[in-house]
Amino acid sequence: MPFEYAPAPESRAIVDLESSYGLFIDGAFVDARGGTMFKTVNPATEEVLAEVSEAGADDVDRAVAAARIAYESVWGPMSGRDRAKYLFRIARLIQERSRELAVLESMDNGKPIRESRDVDLPLVAAHFFYHAGWADKLEHAGYGPHPRPLGVAAQVIPWNFPLLMLAWKVAPALACGNTVVLKPAETTPLTALAFADICRQADLPPGVVNILTGAGETGRLLVEHPGVDKVAFTGSTEVGKAIMRSAAGTGKRLTLELGGKAANVVFDDAPIDQAVEGIVNGIFFNQGHVCCAGSRLLLQESIADEVITSLKRRLGTLRLGDPLDKNTDIGAINSSSQLARIDELVKSGEDEGAERWSAPCAIPDRGWWFPPTVFTGVTQAHRIAREEIFGPVLSVLTFRTPDEAVEKANNTPYGLSAGIWTEKGSRILWMAQRLRAGVVWANTFNRFDPASPFGGYKESGFGREGGIQGLGGYLDVEGNR
Amino acid sequence: MSDHSPATPASERLEVRKTYKLFVGGAFPRSESGRTYEVTTAGGVFLANAAMASRKDARDAVLAARKGFGAWSAATAYNRGQVLYRIAEVMEGRRAQFTADVREAEGIDESAAEAQVDAAIDRWVWYAGWADKLAQALGSANPVAGPYFNFSVPEPTGVVAAVAPQDSSLLGLVSVVAPIIVSGNAAIVIASTKRPVPAISLTEVLATSDVPSGVVNVLTGDAAEMMPWLASHGDVNAVDLTGITDPELATSLERDAAGTVKRVLRPTATADWSGDPGLSRLRAFVETKTVWHPMGV
Repeated sequence: MPFEYAPAPESRAIVDLESSYGLFIDGAFVDARGGTMFKTVNPATEEVLAEVSEAGADDVDRAVAAARIAYESVWGPMSGRDRAKYLFRIARLIQERSRELAVLESMDNGKPIRESRDVDLPLVAAHFFYHAGWADKLEHAGYGPHPRPLGVAAQVIPWNFPLLMLAWKVAPALACGNTVVLKPAETTPLTALAFADICRQADLPPGVVNILTGAGETGRLLVEHPGVDKVAFTGSTEVGKAIMRSAAGTGKRLTLELGGKAANVVFDDAPIDQAVEGIVNGIFFNQGHVCCAGSRLLLQESIADEVITSLKRRLGTLRLGDPLDKNTDIGAINSSSQLARIDELVKSGEDEGAERWSAPCAIPDRGWWFPPTVFTGVTQAHRIAREEIFGPVLSVLTFRTPDEAVEKANNTPYGLSAGIWTEKGSRILWMAQRLRAGVVWANTFNRFDPASPFGGYKESGFGREGGIQGLGGYLDVEGNR
Repeated sequence: MSDHSPATPASERLEVRKTYKLFVGGAFPRSESGRTYEVTTAGGVFLANAAMASRKDARDAVLAARKGFGAWSAATAYNRGQVLYRIAEVMEGRRAQFTADVREAEGIDESAAEAQVDAAIDRWVWYAGWADKLAQALGSANPVAGPYFNFSVPEPTGVVAAVAPQDSSLLGLVSVVAPIIVSGNAAIVIASTKRPVPAISLTEVLATSDVPSGVVNVLTGDAAEMMPWLASHGDVNAVDLTGITDPELATSLERDAAGTVKRVLRPTATADWSGDPGLSRLRAFVETKTVWHPMGV
């Protein structure tokens, strides 16, 4: 008799949604000048959660002007000690409201509450705590005796970790003395708007944080605005390149955190059960909507069959469904357009001759879903081995020698992350040295911490977020990205 | 004894003139284009015909640099520091030649030229010392909230295409090249177009200073012709636009660099090459790699 879980849904009652939201400019919610609204929906149910304002050129002007005034009159001149105290206040408010924010994040994004509650929100608060402490210690960070902020930062973030990406952007910017105009992703604006409310609760001076909702065009207007000194973007490599082109000749400082196609390399001496958990966490965490996801599994040939068998058995136990159910492992795909992209790439995998296996799980009637999927017989030429799928789809390749593993792992224009599984310490360090990636997880995967710098090599972008290295992106020191 | 030509009186030796070539992959090729251009002193007196490197030469230099990068980036920091110091030692033995080159190229007097050469040699020494300290200055052990050992180290970004300053023919050149290679990158550097001779003399030092072939490749000619190819080349990881004097060209190169998300150093202020170089150039061409490992029994 199959073992069944009873539903264990987290209550939505803790979230108090408005029917519509304005833009957060200069410390107040205001209507967009153009008056255009768009809807944000729950990807698990396709239910409309709220209407959100689409910021146009006038609104971007207003927000950048407010940020400039706040930079020059309040936040720039403020002592590091006081900036720190505001950030500590924000960190505490996030902790106090973390259940509400986790539920809201799962509703707007589709990620399991287990992840938003246990991963996203604790990291969001930790990020503000970490950077709060830096605000009055910047002269000890190795950027010279008098590090200066850059000014107004334009920040554009993706939909996969909406509030966490906000924290990665806003916390270091404010700690270093910059003011910000942030645009959350079109499909996940709600936790950023809740954060605006937290700024208000914290009595953060008006204009220090401004939140503009909108789609790609709003983002373009923001990053191309002549009044911004810094652009920080997390998203696709394609858009990152466009931003880099548009910023050419402007002197704007850039941090780009772009796509990835990480190799997760498993050697024949790896602890297989732990490695399988790591593989699952590497690619099926957050439905694979992770730029550093371990989407290319490189198995040493002698253990390939054993690992694939274990992996399929483990994937058969994953529970796909209601993101607010505490037992759910795999939530909803964030949008119909993302689902279409996953479908398209999966079809290319089938057409190009790789062998598809999908976990036999029931798919809910409403919402956007994709079952955990594994492709075997993948070659390096296949699109599913080269292109970022950004979904719960794993491509499995094999290798014989460590040199071949390095060669295959590095055979990508990306270089964001990589994984190594082996019990041999010297091999870990040997591999870690050779993998051209910004983050290398050995015998673990998808770990994050505000003290740990994150960012890519090659076309995965440049600049780091987190750690002492991440401060450089928000300080006026040439050569720091 | 009877066939003295009037141009060479018995008391004067006929000088052996040097052919000024490129420096690619540790060898001294001519430009594959066969082109040369006239180089004069600052005062306009003919000095030499220098090779006018082409797009093909630039591509060859990328291949050489990529080859050089492998061994150089894998060398120990201690070894790289020794090699850079060796460059300073070999230059020191050729102070007179460099002083003459700089005096002619920049049109400055003997003592000013000597000061430039001394500063250039001292700059190699300064950067040589950075090789085995950079990871401690820019790296970190990170106190993450969990049972993990976590550390960050700077690593070279790869192949860097640089345009040396147009004015400071030796000190500026060294100040651009040294911070690129000390961390393990391989450089393709386009020398000052009008003042390439000190750069060419430097290649002879590099060839005899234990610098592995391909680590520094020096092209002479027109940066405006070659850089668009280098800035859009898929196997170049970073560009240093220091010597690009035309702002529109620099902006266009920045746009080209976006095609493969290259790292771009476009200095905002006019450089004072005699000042403290600081860490900014070193930082511009390193990546931070962070490694995690669980702790447990």
